[in-house]
Amino acid sequence: MDMITTDIVIVGAGGAGLRAAIAIAEENPDLDIALLSKVYPMRSHTVAAEGGAAGVAKDNDSLDNHFNDTVTGGDWLCDQDAVDLFVEQAPKELTQMEHWGCPWSRDSDGGVAVRPFGGMKVERTWYAADKTGFHMLHTLFQTSLKYPAIKRYDEFYSTDLLVVDGRCCGVAAIEMRSGQLRLFRAKAVIIATGGAGRIFPFTTNGAIKTGDGMAMAYRAGVPLKDMEFIQYHPTGLPGTGILITEGSRGEGGILVNKDGYRYLQDYDLGPPDPWPRKKAMELGPRDRLSQAFWHEHQKGRTIDTPHGDVVHLDLRHLGEKMINERLPMVRDLAISYVGIDPVDAPIPVRPVVHYTMGGIDCDIEAKTSLDGLFAAGECACVSINGANRLGSNSLTELLVFGARAGRGAAKLAAASRSHTDETAIREQAQIAQNRVRKLFLNVGGGESIAGLRREMNITMEAGAGIYRTEESLNRSCAVMNDLRDRYARVELEDKSNVYNTDLIQALELGAMIDVAGAIATSALNRKESRGSHQRLDFKERNDETYLKHSLAHYDAREAPRIDYRDVVITRSKPGARVYGGESK
Amino acid sequence: MNERQVELEILRYDPETDQQPSFQIYLVPCQEDWVVLDAINYVKDNLDRTLSYRWSCHMAVCGSCGMMINGEPALSCKTFLRDLPETIRIEPLANFPIERDLVVVMDDFMNKLGKVKPYLLPREKKAVENGSYLQSPAQLKKFRQYTLCINCTLCYAACPQYAHNEGFVGPAALALAHRYNLDSRDVGRRARQDVVASNEGIWECSFVGACSDVCPEHVDPAGAIQQTKIASTIDYFKDLILPRRD
Repeated sequence: MDMITTDIVIVGAGGAGLRAAIAIAEENPDLDIALLSKVYPMRSHTVAAEGGAAGVAKDNDSLDNHFNDTVTGGDWLCDQDAVDLFVEQAPKELTQMEHWGCPWSRDSDGGVAVRPFGGMKVERTWYAADKTGFHMLHTLFQTSLKYPAIKRYDEFYSTDLLVVDGRCCGVAAIEMRSGQLRLFRAKAVIIATGGAGRIFPFTTNGAIKTGDGMAMAYRAGVPLKDMEFIQYHPTGLPGTGILITEGSRGEGGILVNKDGYRYLQDYDLGPPDPWPRKKAMELGPRDRLSQAFWHEHQKGRTIDTPHGDVVHLDLRHLGEKMINERLPMVRDLAISYVGIDPVDAPIPVRPVVHYTMGGIDCDIEAKTSLDGLFAAGECACVSINGANRLGSNSLTELLVFGARAGRGAAKLAAASRSHTDETAIREQAQIAQNRVRKLFLNVGGGESIAGLRREMNITMEAGAGIYRTEESLNRSCAVMNDLRDRYARVELEDKSNVYNTDLIQALELGAMIDVAGAIATSALNRKESRGSHQRLDFKERNDETYLKHSLAHYDAREAPRIDYRDVVITRSKPGARVYGGESK
Repeated sequence: MNERQVELEILRYDPETDQQPSFQIYLVPCQEDWVVLDAINYVKDNLDRTLSYRWSCHMAVCGSCGMMINGEPALSCKTFLRDLPETIRIEPLANFPIERDLVVVMDDFMNKLGKVKPYLLPREKKAVENGSYLQSPAQLKKFRQYTLCINCTLCYAACPQYAHNEGFVGPAALALAHRYNLDSRDVGRRARQDVVASNEGIWECSFVGACSDVCPEHVDPAGAIQQTKIASTIDYFKDLILPRRD
């Protein structure tokens, strides 16, 4: 097996991975960086983020405001020391993006413009029309081309972390072009592989978001934290799940039910002002809005379509000029994929799985409990997102913590004299090789990738969706356990080497089943309702028992073991989440 | 919902076993609101696990799923079956070597992107503490269109010049150089000229405009190249009249 020796391996070349790579190259140009991704960097799902990135920008706002909105939005499950650091770094990172050429939308005076987002007291979302993630990703990718130390390995699928004597010292990855497994030896490893929305059937997430990095870390003994918190975005297109940005509500779009009624006023989010009031109605937080949809559906006040029930997002009153200027992509997506021009008609939307708040357990330095391993971006859980991420915090998060992971890894690599012994690391890589080979050799197992994936998707939606019960979650847990057994009998139809997507999909499915097990088990064990985790059998938040992060520990045979860690509370004591006219 | 059946003729090629690429036919029952990518995914999940192709976002922004659809370069996630006949021929993007099935080798394009120095080269490095550069909406508007390229490479598949000379820097990379050249914060135009105004750069373009016709984001690379030609010509004469003016 070919071995590539470098200083730092980064797995994932989306926003967080690229930001980490640039941070390393700037911190210490002598370090070699291997940037691995299963796709070309521009394909990473950061590209699909639309609305913007939060950071205090104007005199009418403050770091305290950003802190409070984030902590309240997260239903007090955020670590407050991390949030303080995050809000303080946010404007600097966004300004750095500006210096790298990010085409932020501008005010008439030439300053960077900001727009309001859900759950936000003061507008602070920097945006580049409604393609913010796209512009950030391309700006980062293009900027990364300046640094010769960043060596890219595009279309390398990482299968395993290599751990010797309790230290992470590399990864094994399949070079998709040849089908060969390569061994990357490094002094530090950063995982930046994004979320796992594809565990669910209806999601805004692209096909690549299969939790690979989460699963790698999890199997290597790093716990997955707060996995029960899955964000449903309130406005996805029916059928495809394509995201319609919260920015469209930030600009003044309204949500109405089948009677044309702004139903959010019935869910403690009113009054229904004709103008967009911050932290109220359509600018409430995502968890509340998605839950309100669920109740409207129960009451029979949603609109039936072949792709499930919808409500209407009405932008008509914004006018064609504003829609073209601020929301051109939304207009194009609606015309293309549902045949509706939002200038003339309301857009049908329904809640859709969007974001995994939980992830690889790491600290404020982006370090995990495994020596030598860092994580950043959606795959990680610091946690600044708590039980419900505030819209537009994630693009900023991948900058702030991507850079931190990069700097931390650079310091560690510079301080490490020698590389791990080659024999020891080759032994680890051989185990990875055997796992992949076993998939190739399986014959007559009779289980299909598409079949197992469908069952996982349906079960997770039914059991671990917007509202959950002990019964539904027990069933999800049981099915995930069963799927793990059946996964051992998956048989590849494609036994070739070059760009074998049957193999890659099989590996992705294995990752998703493990991560789904962590989601379902963590949700089953949390007997309260908080943020995006809503239990019909435990309707109240229970701070006495559950003001804690849950940690799911991997077990190769059994369901994961769950234990808990206290949330870091510094200056905001848990209180009621108040939105609408009563909010301050 | 109405179902109809389409016939997909998909070009297959496995370099380990096949001498030549050849077409394979799949009959796919499909929904009327499907895009071509949905039909291909149906093949993958239900008919043939060995088919390889790239895709991710399904919303025309990641740029992975470009292919030739009935002879035209297009994003399969934004090409609707309702706009196509019953028989649909699907091939990998033209002008690129085939890696496997519908997957093409991207190396040449990736190298060219890097060559045009597609990053901001400011007059002087500004500290983050000193805040953002000012840029008026009008200044932003000047280059915004050229920031919209998703690197799907449909323009290379459509370009007769690239077909003829693979050394040609090509539409997307030249448009990206133009994007930075037009940015009010950038002074890197001269540094990019080596590649942009070389024999393999803008002067190789014969202005057929096929790149702009197929661009799913309306970036208009052909327009970018023509504007660059004019600017470079003015440079040339200025250099004659006022040598060493920098």
